[in-house]
Amino acid sequence: MKTAVTTPSDGGAAERADRPGPASGAGAPRRPGGSRVRTHMAHSPWAFLLPGIAVTLVFNLYPFFATIWKSFTDARTLAPGTFVGLDNFQEMLNDEQFWIGLRNSSLYVVVVVPCMVLLPLLLAMLVHKQIPGIAFFRSAFYTPVVASVVVVGLIWVWMLDERGLVNAVFKTIGIGPVKFLSDQWLILLSAMIVTVWKGLGYYMIIFMAALGNVPRELYEAANVDGAGPVRRFWSVTVPGVRNTMVLVAALSSVAAFRVFSEVYLMAGQDGGPAGEDTTLVMLVQRVGTGLSGRVGYASAISLVLFVITLVLLLAVFAAERRDKK
Amino acid sequence: MSTKRRKHLGLAVRYLLLILVFLICVGPFLWQLSTSLKGATENVYSDPPKLLPEHPTFENYKKVGEIIPVWDYALNSLKVAVANVLANVVGASMAGYALARLKFRGRKYAALVFLMAMLVPGESIMIAQLTTMRALDLQNTLTAVVLPGCVAALNVLLMRNAFRNIPEEIEEAAVVDGANVWQRYFRIGLPAVKGTLAVVAIFAFMGAWDDFLWPLIVLTDDANYTLTIGLNFLHGTFANNQRLVAAGTIIAVVPLIVMFACLQRYFFRGVGEGAVKG
Repeated sequence: MKTAVTTPSDGGAAERADRPGPASGAGAPRRPGGSRVRTHMAHSPWAFLLPGIAVTLVFNLYPFFATIWKSFTDARTLAPGTFVGLDNFQEMLNDEQFWIGLRNSSLYVVVVVPCMVLLPLLLAMLVHKQIPGIAFFRSAFYTPVVASVVVVGLIWVWMLDERGLVNAVFKTIGIGPVKFLSDQWLILLSAMIVTVWKGLGYYMIIFMAALGNVPRELYEAANVDGAGPVRRFWSVTVPGVRNTMVLVAALSSVAAFRVFSEVYLMAGQDGGPAGEDTTLVMLVQRVGTGLSGRVGYASAISLVLFVITLVLLLAVFAAERRDKK
Repeated sequence: MSTKRRKHLGLAVRYLLLILVFLICVGPFLWQLSTSLKGATENVYSDPPKLLPEHPTFENYKKVGEIIPVWDYALNSLKVAVANVLANVVGASMAGYALARLKFRGRKYAALVFLMAMLVPGESIMIAQLTTMRALDLQNTLTAVVLPGCVAALNVLLMRNAFRNIPEEIEEAAVVDGANVWQRYFRIGLPAVKGTLAVVAIFAFMGAWDDFLWPLIVLTDDANYTLTIGLNFLHGTFANNQRLVAAGTIIAVVPLIVMFACLQRYFFRGVGEGAVKG
């Protein structure tokens, strides 16, 4: 695998080799003689770690702890705020927008995750067999993954327009026009379709690797026993890629709960008719940003968001363990 | 004879399905491309829809550049993406090397920092990150767009795993030859993990180029917009002009599709590695 690497990374390596040159030069004088026996000086591991640790601490872990702290304050964009105890969480319970956000983000998980576990698996089975031209199709199916969610969202806004291509196709079979982008539930459904469409290729690649590990003999044995394709799918393929299905369920459920862009683009920044399409992350963005942003309240919602994603992860793996018994 | 025929039939069905999925996955991009090439006189809402433009023209691409500074936005996106690639390649490979190949007190805690960071979704800390950027007076700068993800924890762990696969003996031999830790990192470490470095670089580019939510909240001045934020603005303001929006989206997506076409296997490899660790 590694020996197969060619030009792009070679160029990169050459480039890097001269750039950090001064750094290694500067390191040398600091090192007094007699250190040859040791594999490295005591300070050098931390020199290696410094950029990574610094960025992670300052821009990821510090904000995480700040989020926890701020969620108990009434901080605003231009005011640090004071401690208010559980006020923010109490407010949340009575905030209709919060419940709408929680409902929509949860609904997203419920609808999108089963699609992500099943459809990419079927797709992987379709492209798994080596037949002429298959590499082309695999790449083509991956294209939506490469595009920005904004590009993809805007493409589908146009596709699902009342006078767009999808409705034109529907018309030929006597349906519609369907107002995908003005009804509260259809907007959410449209966003889900975009999410699934964009994710198909990504999870397809993961399932392809898993399919390669299912022993061929099992299929042959099933054939001998006279099992049809459906039976083979449920009794050979699914058990064979079970662990991958769990992994995909975990990854896609956390991703689905964090949904922002697709809904933002299809419903608009106010979250569709009467804000009924707002997701939890959209609410955080709306509440916490801008000059009058309520940083404290937004932090409290963020904290709930974090806890739910963690619970989702734990739930998927717990369900898996229970199934195994 | 009949089994052979059944085989042919199976293959035909397979290709039919492949073409159907192809149309679903790639068709919308082609329709967008077609829309972007339709001139002002051509009705984009025609019924039945015209799949190909009658008189293909680039005027929409010119016009979109007159309405929003789309090429400046593209340049901003490029700057952000390149900075993200460089920082991730350098920062993640250095940290990954230390975690994998150097023994020192506190290594477990250093690894824990990255593991913890990976468990925290960016969306749940973005408001605090915004506050941090404001405190550092970096709000509304491209620097602020790059900083939070410029040494992604996932990349550090990917690099750590890659460095771990280098056989001990090779490094020991270098130690005997008197190579110091930096020399070993540059001469033995990095050349052995080129494949993973390429994966990190490609996904760092794609991630930065495609990112939407973080730049949306941290960039307030339209002079600093990246391409995705500019497109969102274009959509909000000229939503009814499908040709212009289409041209804008094609400008944003073509560089990545070209990159994907050239470096496919790294994309596929990255999905495997990232998924297993993520």
